Amino acid sequence: MSAVIDVHDHGHHGPARGLMRWVLTTNHKDIGTMYLWFSFIMFLTGGAMAMIIRAELFEPGMQLIEPEFFNQMTTMHGLIMVFGAVMPAFVGLANWQVPLMIGAPDMALPRLNNLSFWILPFAFALLLSTLFMEAGAPNFGWTFYAPLSTTYAPSTVTFFIFGVHIMGASSIMGAINIIATILNMRAPGMTLMKMPLFVWTWLITAYLLIAVMPVLAGVVTMMLMDIHFGTSFFSAAGGGDPVLFQHVFWFFGHPEVYIMILPAFGIVSQIIPTFSRKKLFGYTSMVYATSSIAFLSFLVWAHHMFTVGMPLAGELFFMYSTMLIAVPTGVKVFNWVTTMFKGSLSFETPMLFSCAFVVLFTLGGFSGLMLAIAPVDFQYHDTYFVVAHFHYVLVPGAIFGIFAAVYYWLPKWCGHMYDETLAKLHFWLSFVGMNLAFFPMHFVGLAGMPRRIPDYALQFADFNQISSVGAFMFGATQWLFLYIVIKTIRGGKEATQEVWENPEGLEWTVPSPAPYHTFSTPPEVK
Amino acid sequence: MSENMPVKPGRKVVVKLLGLVFGMFCFGFALVPLYDVICDITGLNGKTGGRYEMTGAPVVVQDRWVTLQFTTSNNAGMPWEFQPQVSSMKIRPGEVSETFFVATNPTDRAMTAQAVPSVAPFASARYLHKTECFCFQQQTLAAGESINMPLKFFIDKDIPKNVTKLTLSYTLFDLPEVASN
Repeated sequence: MSAVIDVHDHGHHGPARGLMRWVLTTNHKDIGTMYLWFSFIMFLTGGAMAMIIRAELFEPGMQLIEPEFFNQMTTMHGLIMVFGAVMPAFVGLANWQVPLMIGAPDMALPRLNNLSFWILPFAFALLLSTLFMEAGAPNFGWTFYAPLSTTYAPSTVTFFIFGVHIMGASSIMGAINIIATILNMRAPGMTLMKMPLFVWTWLITAYLLIAVMPVLAGVVTMMLMDIHFGTSFFSAAGGGDPVLFQHVFWFFGHPEVYIMILPAFGIVSQIIPTFSRKKLFGYTSMVYATSSIAFLSFLVWAHHMFTVGMPLAGELFFMYSTMLIAVPTGVKVFNWVTTMFKGSLSFETPMLFSCAFVVLFTLGGFSGLMLAIAPVDFQYHDTYFVVAHFHYVLVPGAIFGIFAAVYYWLPKWCGHMYDETLAKLHFWLSFVGMNLAFFPMHFVGLAGMPRRIPDYALQFADFNQISSVGAFMFGATQWLFLYIVIKTIRGGKEATQEVWENPEGLEWTVPSPAPYHTFSTPPEVK
Repeated sequence: MSENMPVKPGRKVVVKLLGLVFGMFCFGFALVPLYDVICDITGLNGKTGGRYEMTGAPVVVQDRWVTLQFTTSNNAGMPWEFQPQVSSMKIRPGEVSETFFVATNPTDRAMTAQAVPSVAPFASARYLHKTECFCFQQQTLAAGESINMPLKFFIDKDIPKNVTKLTLSYTLFDLPEVASN
């Protein structure tokens, strides 16, 4: 009897046992872990779809799958990677790290935190279930332009709409929680301008989420009403306008791409100083640059739709405002490079991923600048050049940022060092595979290969084969990542409290692994 | 759990953020009328305005000619035959002209249709003034009935010099719900 009481008593201090620990948990570390595992499962799911796409594109002609299924694959790959892999991974990192970095005992709204995670699996179950339905999964591209996604959509579009509603609700709750945590629960002495940059970038990202996820919810609600309730938001037959869809969608969509990159900016801003053994160069300018990027992201949406027929003044406005974003982004890249300059550099895996991030993200940014030039965009629009551009900012940008963060903080999370040799192998295979997969897409795109097609002209065959080989290599390598993470959780060299050499931040003042409850009494920040 | 959390989360922040969420959701819908207004002002989407109220006879520009082409199309599943009487007209800015569009309902039931106009290039839409147009009303035709539908219009004298050709296109939509009421 007393043993039972004991277990019950310990429930307040350590995790509960069994499955219900995970279902009922309100602990930010548990929820962060669940977010990260969930996003990794989604990463493999979306990745499997990418493998199907690259297998079909290995040769010209139709060999493996039907064109309809190909369209479903491109659509689902995009949706799952954006909403299922990248966004939840960043929320998971925020859950783990934001309280640790600001010296808070937990998130501000722990129960809401549990809810915002646990509705996600349902959202993706809804979305993925459409693959097994007779009408097939959504096939109108991840941007779901009307009327393709309304009048001509498969009947499963309704599942997609409700799935997006639930994901949106989850993101909004997550964002509210993060803002409330950062604004209210900082340790005494931690002023806003003393916050680590990861916390800063997440604060700004959370505001972006709150501003645009409701607009996404609105636009899918309009679709729902057009499809089922006879309204005509996007149907010209009833006085609506399909172009309106694109405006509303990209009003959400452009800030969304910054939602997927700003936390990665924060991550490399934590990692580069640690492995350069220097303070971050230009902390204040980093904060202002991030804020200006977030602000400008609301003024550039129509650069995604230069070819719909805008007045010249509109084309020019969106062209210049888009180019303007290169300025704060350039400030950030300058600061990262300057932090490394004359530093005592060492290249552990998080640093390798961060260096690749700086170089390759900049490359992706430059192709973005090319696309920003309205007159040339008329040629690049909807070609593989666009695919190359956004994969260069999302894979070595967002995904490498997440890898870097996981390697950087994993010893803190589970108390063991990861296997450095295997991790470096993971980095180099990912780096080579990713460049092989996406670099040739620039060339086929400029030569005129359109995106979202299952077949292509013969002259693109060589570059597409290289792309496919690179994609298979990148995809297979991620199993190595899974192996490394599991191996680290199960054992390995004990991690010290600091893990790295004099890293900055409150998270390195708690033991490794971080205890279930940290900062029950707030630390004092000088 | 509660004794482990000495800091009470700020309700104020949460309420404000929820307000922002609600506001942005409404803003998404507010974009719909906003878009219409902006299009109206700028002629962004090639939609022409409503009936143009004449204030005296417009000034005719004697030494300029603009070609106006007419095209018609049917929305998917619309069975009517719908054609312009002439495919193009050469007119002077300011000159009020009239033309007809012919519609025939070949089915064996009465149907109601609505024509929706669009002008290319989009930016020139606001220089085309319609004083009378069948597109201002719905058209109901009995089975087999045919109709000549009038369009009275003139081109604004301020139309930019580089515009020499305009295309006015009409798309005909079936209005089944309206017909059954």
